[in-house]
Order: sequence, then structure tokens, then C-alpha cells
Amino acid sequence: MAPRRTVNPAKAKRPKPADVEQYALRLYVAGMTPRSTRAIANIKEICEEHLKGLYSLQVIDLYRQPVLADGEQIIAVPTLIRKLPMPLRRLIGDLSDRQQVLIGLDLKPRQ
Amino acid sequence: MRRNDIRKTARRSRRSAPLRKVPTGIRGLDELTGGGLPQGRPTLLCGSAGCGKTLMSMEFLVRGAVDAGEPGVFMSFEENTGELTTNFASLGYDLKAIVAQKKLVLSFVHIDRSEIAEAGEYDLEGLFIRLGRAIDSIGAKRVVLDTIEALFSGMSNTAILRSELRRLFRWLKAKGVTAIITAERGDNTLTRFGLEEYVADCVILLDHRVEGQMATRRLRIVKYRGSTHGTSEYPFLIDAGGISILPITSMGLECEASTERVSSGVPRLDVMMGGKGYYRGSSVLVSGTAGTGKTSLAAHFAHAAVARHERCLWLAFEESSSQIIRNMRSIGIDLGPAVRRGTLRFHAVRPTICGLEMHLVTIHKLVSQFKPRVVIIDPVTNFAALGSEGEVKAMLTRLIDFFKTQQITALFTSLTLGGTPVDATDVGVSSLMDSWLLLWDVLNGAEHNRFLQLVKSRGMAHSNQLREFLLTDDGVELRDVYVGPSGLLLGGGSREALEALEKAQTLLRGQETERKGRELGRKRRAMEAQIASLHAEFEVEQAKAARAIGQAQTRAGVLAGDRVQMARQRQSDAGPSGTRRRPK
Repeated sequence: MAPRRTVNPAKAKRPKPADVEQYALRLYVAGMTPRSTRAIANIKEICEEHLKGLYSLQVIDLYRQPVLADGEQIIAVPTLIRKLPMPLRRLIGDLSDRQQVLIGLDLKPRQ
Repeated sequence: MRRNDIRKTARRSRRSAPLRKVPTGIRGLDELTGGGLPQGRPTLLCGSAGCGKTLMSMEFLVRGAVDAGEPGVFMSFEENTGELTTNFASLGYDLKAIVAQKKLVLSFVHIDRSEIAEAGEYDLEGLFIRLGRAIDSIGAKRVVLDTIEALFSGMSNTAILRSELRRLFRWLKAKGVTAIITAERGDNTLTRFGLEEYVADCVILLDHRVEGQMATRRLRIVKYRGSTHGTSEYPFLIDAGGISILPITSMGLECEASTERVSSGVPRLDVMMGGKGYYRGSSVLVSGTAGTGKTSLAAHFAHAAVARHERCLWLAFEESSSQIIRNMRSIGIDLGPAVRRGTLRFHAVRPTICGLEMHLVTIHKLVSQFKPRVVIIDPVTNFAALGSEGEVKAMLTRLIDFFKTQQITALFTSLTLGGTPVDATDVGVSSLMDSWLLLWDVLNGAEHNRFLQLVKSRGMAHSNQLREFLLTDDGVELRDVYVGPSGLLLGGGSREALEALEKAQTLLRGQETERKGRELGRKRRAMEAQIASLHAEFEVEQAKAARAIGQAQTRAGVLAGDRVQMARQRQSDAGPSGTRRRPK
């Protein structure tokens, strides 16, 4: 399966105002296991809710592209990497802990 | 042929095949484990920081890749590939080249807790994918995970990590790769995170201890399922050539005893041993007080060895090589050319630079590299400072055993301290030795002389005579010992003085005898005079007695005559008159 480019609103609605940050997210999974599907559903839901129109999300299946596991230093799956905005953030797990996801993406201040 | 093989394999498996082992190629470890690590199974290598886990596991891969044709994967959780390449370049491994030949894959797993947030359930499939890909890319047979525990510091969900590690080790077994998993030593456990629970086939513990300011690395096989193994702690050495382990106690007393003889380098000493010298592969102890010529005797032996075109290793623990060469020139032995030719090698170090075990490892290494036929250890007594008597003796036992298995003739010099009995060796090793030469000093008047005694020489006729031991410009010379009249050993100048003295004494004794002879003559004459006088006296007595007897007889005759006269006068018929009338 090729990397699924689920939604790319950034491309669709160009140009965006400069003061709004763009989110580039990548979700690495290993096969379409229930955990993978859960993670995909969770991140989509969060993005739609908090980052509507401001994000791009790529879902990458490591079984299809194992090379990327080395390049991106993936150990655990699912892993969500926030490429942009800097700094890089990594979230592991099926993203069912919504609070942690929001903190991890800096959408909610850390305690 | 092929069918045969299959049948053989089938037969073997019916008899529950013995555990197959993968040779590590690390010096000593294969002897210790009886062939190497369990094939197709993970081995746990644990130890505290800096004790050589990474090096040992990397050497396992490099030896496999280069020598055994088994490609390997090194998955590092601590050092990145650049660091690894640099670090191992200093040990003489060109990892880059081995990687380029597709015999090795270096894979760096970066874990940084500050970057990772956990949000829900996960597994380590990413790691599996990476490892699987690395293994498949070169057909790896060997895998190292160094140090997988780093996962525990990167992720907090230990329940997940533990179940994933269990799965990983099962997966490695299923892959059929021989793996080493390194782990940090815990406080009371073998590993900090209890990995020994998952890796149960073979556990090796490395240790780096400092005792008396000397650090020694040691290795112990904690467990090896399905195999016998050495159980002691074995010292090991890390140097430019990698790791060397010394499996000492595995050596038995099964070494071949040679009947070949090698010259001691001193012709007269050879004569004392049946004219042929020491047995090849035997161990010779030369003990003596300071300055008795132990090193000189050793130099003769070394010189004789290089003259036979045999290699000789001289382990000097007291003097530098140039000092020995200079000193031996003074007695006419030039060891310099042999050193230049490379047949004689000096290894001169202070014994205190490392522990006993390290010395043993170093000597092992030197011997296996240089392959000498003669080894000289001068002096062996300096080891005494490095441990208790028992430890030193144990070390020397191993050393002697090692030399014997290698058919190396070894000469040990041993310094006896003044005041102790000459036959007491400091390290109590004389019982381990095949031949024992004792050198000592005797003080005679204003000079001292050296003597040599062949205390023992197993398995050969040997002289029971002492020899005077002379150091001349042409080396060691042995001379018959002169035993003085009072039983003292004499040599040198005092020998001549005493020879003169004895001559004088002989003269004196002659005069005494003469005097005694005369005395006896005089006594005899006195006795004879006495006898003569007694004789004269006796003759006088005898004459007297004869006269008295004569008188008495005369008197008796007169008396009888008187009686006849009286009877005749009384007209008696009786008596002698009747007789007179008897017819004729």
C-alpha cells in the first residue's frame, strides 16, 4: 500500500495566512492491525477537531516501506511524528489518550 | 552423499542431537564454552559499564564475518555507527570495509526519552522490521543487540517492553540467528532489568575489578543450558588484537612427555645430567641467593636455544633487555645478534604493572604469537608481591602446565633471600619443577665461592656431586669441588691456601708418627730391661731353691744312714741289713 495521503487541506487552501502554523504529521504503522486503524481514526479525529485546514497527515505502512523505519528511527508502532512545526515531536501508541496527544502536539500546554 | 548426510542427521536427531555451537573466534572463549555460543539461540552478555561488552560482542561479529563467513548485524542502542567505526578502528578493526563487503550491518537505534511521548498502546514492531530487514539484507547468521536495555530508559510502559522483549527473543530463535544481547549489571541481579528471565540459554558475566590498585577484567559463564562449561572466573585481556581469555583450569596433566633432550648451554652441566641436558618440554628451576649466577645460567640456556635455531622468549621482570645483553657480554655471551635476528625476544616489564592473571594472559598471548620453544622467566620470585603464596603457586602451576602442553622448555630463576634456608623457594614451586638447580655462596675467609647442586632432575640419571660454579670471561664453568679435611667445601683461592695447609699438616702428622715410633721403641726397651731384671731375679730364686732342695736331700740321706748305723749297733735283723743279705 502506498502512503496514503488522506487529507491535504494545506495544498487545497493555499495560500494560508502567515501567522497560522502549518502542521505536517506522519503516522507510521505496521500493517492494518486493529491498533493501526485505531490510531489512524484517533489522529484524524483530533486533527479535524483542533487543526482543521491547518495540517497534512501521511500514513505510512512500514511493511510496505521498511527503509523508512531506519531513516525515521522508528522503534515502536504506531508512531506519530510531527515534522512541522519545529521542534520534532514523537508520539507512540494508538493515540487513544487524547490528552497526551494534545500535549504532545503542543495543542495544549504541559502541566 | 547427500542422502547419507540426511540419514546421519536423522540418526543424530533421534538420539537428541547435541547442542550445536558457533565458534566465537575469541581466543579462549571457545575452549571455555566447549566450542562457542549456542547456535541459533540468544546469549546474554552482562556486566557493568566499561567491562568490554561492546568489544566482545563486536569481536564475535567481526570474527564471524571475516573468519567464519557468517555475516552479522550489530544493532547499537548507545553508540552511533560513526562512533562505532572510530572506536573499533583503534582496535584494528576496519568496520567500514567489512560493511562495504556486505558482511556486516551496523544499525543505530536512537532513543531519546525527551522526544518521545506515549499516548496509548504500542508494540515494538518497528524494531522488528528494522532488525529483520538488516538480517535479510546480508543473510546474517549472527546478531548483536547492544544494549537493548536502553529501551527501558526510553519508554515507560515496562509491561509492553517486557512482553515485546520476550517476543523478540523468540523471534530471534525462530530466525535461527545466534545472538548476543548485552545488558548492564544490576545491583543484586545479573542485569538491571532482569533480562536473564528471557534469555536463559547462555549467560556470560563480565567483570572489571580493582584489587590492590590493579584492575583485572574477568569473565564467568553463569549458565550454559545443555552444555558443560568452565565455571571459574577467567581473566581476560583487551589489547590491540581484541580479547584474549585464559581458560586455565581446563588443562589437565595430559601433555606429551618428550624424550628429546636439549642442552643447558653449559657442557659440564649437561654431563651432570647424563651428558645430554634437560628434557624438552620440562621445567627447570634455578634458585639461589643474590648474585649466584642464576641469570647467567639462564643466558647460557637461551644462547644454546638460539644456536639450535629455536626461538626463545625471555620474560625479564627485573632488568631491561639491554641491561641483560650488556651484562651477559661480560661473561662472553652475546645475545644481541639473536635479538636482531628475531629468534630471541625479550619481554621486560615490572611485575607490578598488572595482576597475576593479567601476566598469565600476557604470557599466553606472547607465546601463541611468538611460538618459542624455550621460555625464560627471570625471576619468578617477583610474582610473590602480586598475591598470596597460594595464588602465586596456582598461577605458576597454570603457567608450567601451559608450557608443557606447548612442549616448551621453561627455565625459571628464583631468588632465595639471605638468611632463609637455601632450598626454600619463595613461591614454593620446586615440587612443580622437573629439574632443580641450586646455587649458593660459601664464605671462606675473605672470599666467597659459588657452588651448584643438581637437587633433582626427574627421569634421568644425574650427578649427586656438588660443583664449584665459576663465572669466567667465557661463561659459566663448573669444577669439581674440593672437600677439605674438616669436610668444608672449598673453592677459589682458599682452596689453594688450604691445599698448602693440608700439605703442612701431612708433614706434621709424619713427624708425629716418627715421634710416636721412637717413644714406642723406648718403651719396648724399658719393658725388655724390666723383663731381663725379672728374669735375673727369677734365676737367683731358682738357684736358691735348688740349693735348698739339695741340702734337704743330703740331710735325709744322712738321717737314714744314721738309723742303719744305730740298728747295726742294736744287732737288729731288720732294716737294710736284711736287704743287703738278699741273694744276688
